[in-house]
Formats: sequence, structure tokens, C-alpha cells
Amino acid sequence: MTLARHHGGGVILLTFVVALLLTIVPLPEWARYARPDWVGLVLIYWCLALPDRVGVITGWFAGLLVDLVTGTILGQHALSLTIVAYLTQRLHQRIRLFPILQQAFTVMILLILHQLLALWISRIIGRPGAPWYFWAPSLLGLLLWPVVFVLLRNMRHVFRVR
Amino acid sequence: MKVRRIRALPCKGCPIKLIFTQGPSITTRLFVFVALSTVLMVMDHKYDNLASLRAGLSLIVYPLQQIIELPGTVSDWFGESLSTRRRLQEENDSLRTQQLMQKVQMQKLASLESENIRLRELLDSSFEVGEKVLIAELMSVNLDPYKHQIVVNKGELHDIYPGQPLLDAKGVMGQIVHAGPYTSTAVLITDTSHAIPVQVNRTGLRTIALGSGTINRLDLPYIPNNADIRPGDLLITSGLGGRFPPGYPVATVQGVRHDPGQSFSQVVAAPMAELNRSREVLLVWPGVSTTLELSVPADAANTPSIDVVTPDETAGSGAEPPVDASAAAEPETP
Repeated sequence: MTLARHHGGGVILLTFVVALLLTIVPLPEWARYARPDWVGLVLIYWCLALPDRVGVITGWFAGLLVDLVTGTILGQHALSLTIVAYLTQRLHQRIRLFPILQQAFTVMILLILHQLLALWISRIIGRPGAPWYFWAPSLLGLLLWPVVFVLLRNMRHVFRVR
Repeated sequence: MKVRRIRALPCKGCPIKLIFTQGPSITTRLFVFVALSTVLMVMDHKYDNLASLRAGLSLIVYPLQQIIELPGTVSDWFGESLSTRRRLQEENDSLRTQQLMQKVQMQKLASLESENIRLRELLDSSFEVGEKVLIAELMSVNLDPYKHQIVVNKGELHDIYPGQPLLDAKGVMGQIVHAGPYTSTAVLITDTSHAIPVQVNRTGLRTIALGSGTINRLDLPYIPNNADIRPGDLLITSGLGGRFPPGYPVATVQGVRHDPGQSFSQVVAAPMAELNRSREVLLVWPGVSTTLELSVPADAANTPSIDVVTPDETAGSGAEPPVDASAAAEPETP
């Protein structure tokens, strides 16, 4: 595991930066609650593609940045994304072999877990419960996964991220 | 040839090999980072002592926010530089009339203000006239949609501090929660975690207005059934709690529902401030008083001179009178 073997770290960083930007870009009022969890999707992709490079630590830092940009308490997204990254890293050999639809459902389950943890934490600190559309980002994640997957895979091949 | 093959082989096989060699350490890492995030959350929520860490980290986030702002800034700039002369003139005219109207109102206000101060001095009670304010702009970034928070483009470098009140042209908007070096985050009065001490302007009844989580509604849950309150009443800040300066409009009462079975009546109010529309906001320093430039010089200059004398007579705190004196001296110079 020498550093010379690693290639395209900048590309990974760039995808996370774009995901963070998409997390705070202003949306119209009706669409604000249905903002896809871009950072979660990108993190899951990289954990599947390069589990030896992107994992728990990346997940934690990405989550911390999400906490900062969205104004939640520090550690909330860090915790849930860490766990999502861990599970993806653990199961990556299995998930990789799934057909794309099944993969998308697995991703949705991971995203639901991510949201569930966020919900628990916000309930613990005394915030009100969630309406039904709180789960919209996970459903959108299911629909978006094939797109995100193809896009990032092509990107990975073009820039030879290893 | 041989060297190449050796080099090429580990590349293809590496991810699998590394996973097996790293297997146990992933779980260790998981526990370390889960523990770390839990510690962070507890510290952030219970003890609130991560302000400096947050301020430091917000420097990383600042460029991201700037990138988001960029299209808006560019289109604003284009809009300003490409707007026609006629439109500018029209806007100028309308602004001028508006300013004239407001000046007339201000004249009246200034005399009322000085009269109020005189009366209050007769009663020997001190009263802040105007506070130091700073205009800030909202940054067009979206935060957690379930929290009512906004980001303003002023930070610690502009002396912003956590807990500072935030107003717009119509009323109280909220208060600063985190102050970074260049930007700060504010929580709106409608956030579920927010409560603001208010007072009914008509009767002086004091109560607390809680955020409801809906952008156009405040709840007043602690009003007794026999209290004198009715729809249309203006709620102003009472100044209790010492965080918000007294006398600023907060909300108007929308509906009062008396339920004889309950010990409190259910009162709902609508915020005066345009919480989801304002672009410019005012940051207020409650302690620091400055007289408004528009106030009538003669009256304003007369009354604070009395204000300087009275604390000396009562042998109160010696630090405060000079502040008032300097503030009073301001209108005399122009």
C-alpha cells in the first residue's frame, strides 16, 4: 500500500466538494425537503469502488463537513455517515456483484439507516418528529443511484482513479 | 519484462489483499470515530464549548458558501449595471418619496423619543434610546430544512457574537447562534428550539413566544384564560432575559382560543419580520447606545445632559454616563 499506487485523489475530493455544494445550493421551498443526500451517495459509491482508500475516516470527515454546512450539531452526520461507510466497506464485495436495481435498493436501505440515525439524534436533543416526506431523500437516492453510479464510474475510468 | 509484471500484478490484486489485511482495523476505526462523533455531539449540545472549533472549521466551509453565492452576486451585478436609466430614475424617485415620508415620521418619533426620555427621567428610570446596528446580508445557502436557520455574511471580524439579536425592517427575526470569522449562523424565532420573551403592547402583559416550526406562526402557550389578549394585538420584545433589547415588534396575535377545560388559552401569533423573504438584516448591539442621526439635535442634546447629571447625583455606576455623553455629543457636531 504505497502512495505511488494511489492515483486521482483529487477527483475523489472534487466529487465530495460538488456533493457538498449540492447539499447547500438554494432550492425552491417545495423542493427543499426532497433534496437528495448527495454526500451519502458519493460516499457509498467510493466505498464500493475503492474500499481501501475511502472508508470510515473519509465518511467521518465528510459527515463533519455536512454538519458544518447544514448547521446541525457537530457529529450528527459524522456519526451516521461513518456507520454507512463502515457497512458499505464491509459489504462491498457482495454489493458490487448485485445487479444495478438490487444495488439501488441496498443503497436506499443504507440511506434510510443514515436518516434514521439522524432522526434519532435529533429526537434525543429534543427536536420534533419527522413528517412522512422526511424519507424522500432516501427514495430519491434509490432513483438516482443508477445515474450517480454510471457517472462516477465513467469519471473513475476516465481519470484512472485507483 | 520481469520487473513490469511484478509491478503490474499487485495493482490488480491489491484491493482484495488489502481488505483482508485491514479487516480488523476497520471495525476499530468505526468504534473510534463513532466515539469521537458522540463526544463531539455531547460537547456541542450539552456544554456548548465548541465555538472556537466551529469558527475554525467554518473557514473551510466559507469558500463553498462563496461558490454558491457566486451566481447570485454575478446576476445582481449584471442587473445593476445593465438596468436602464429610466428604471433607475423611477426607482430613485420612489425611494426619495419613501425617504421623505419616513423623515416626516422620524421627526415625530424623535420628539416622542425625547419626551419619553424626559418623562422617564422624572420617574428616575433609565431607558436605552437607540442601539448600535450593523446591516448584514443573507447568504443564499440552504441549511437543514427542518431547522429555521440562516447564514449572514458578517462574522466575528465585525464583532458579531453568539446570542446577538437579529432584526429586519419590520421586526425581530432571531438571534445569532454560531459566529465564524466571516459568516455567522442565526436561528429564527420560529425554530422549535427558540423562545423569545414578549409583551403585549396594548396591555403590557408579559409572556413567552415559542417557535412552532412553521415559518409564519409563533405559539404563546402560557397565557391564562382570563388574560386580556385579542387578535390584532402587537407583541413587542419585553427585554426580559437581557438578550433582546426591549420595544421591538415581534408578532401580531392571530387567534385566541379559550378552552374552559384547559388552564391556558391557545394563542397563535404571526411574526412581523419577513422571515423567509428578507435579504438584508440588522444586527443589534443591545448594550451599546448611539443616538440615531435623524433625531432632532436640540432635543436630543438637551435631554442626555440631564441624563449625565442624574447618575452623578445618585452616585450610581460611574462608567455609564460618559457613554451617554459621547452618544449625545454626536448630533451636535453635524
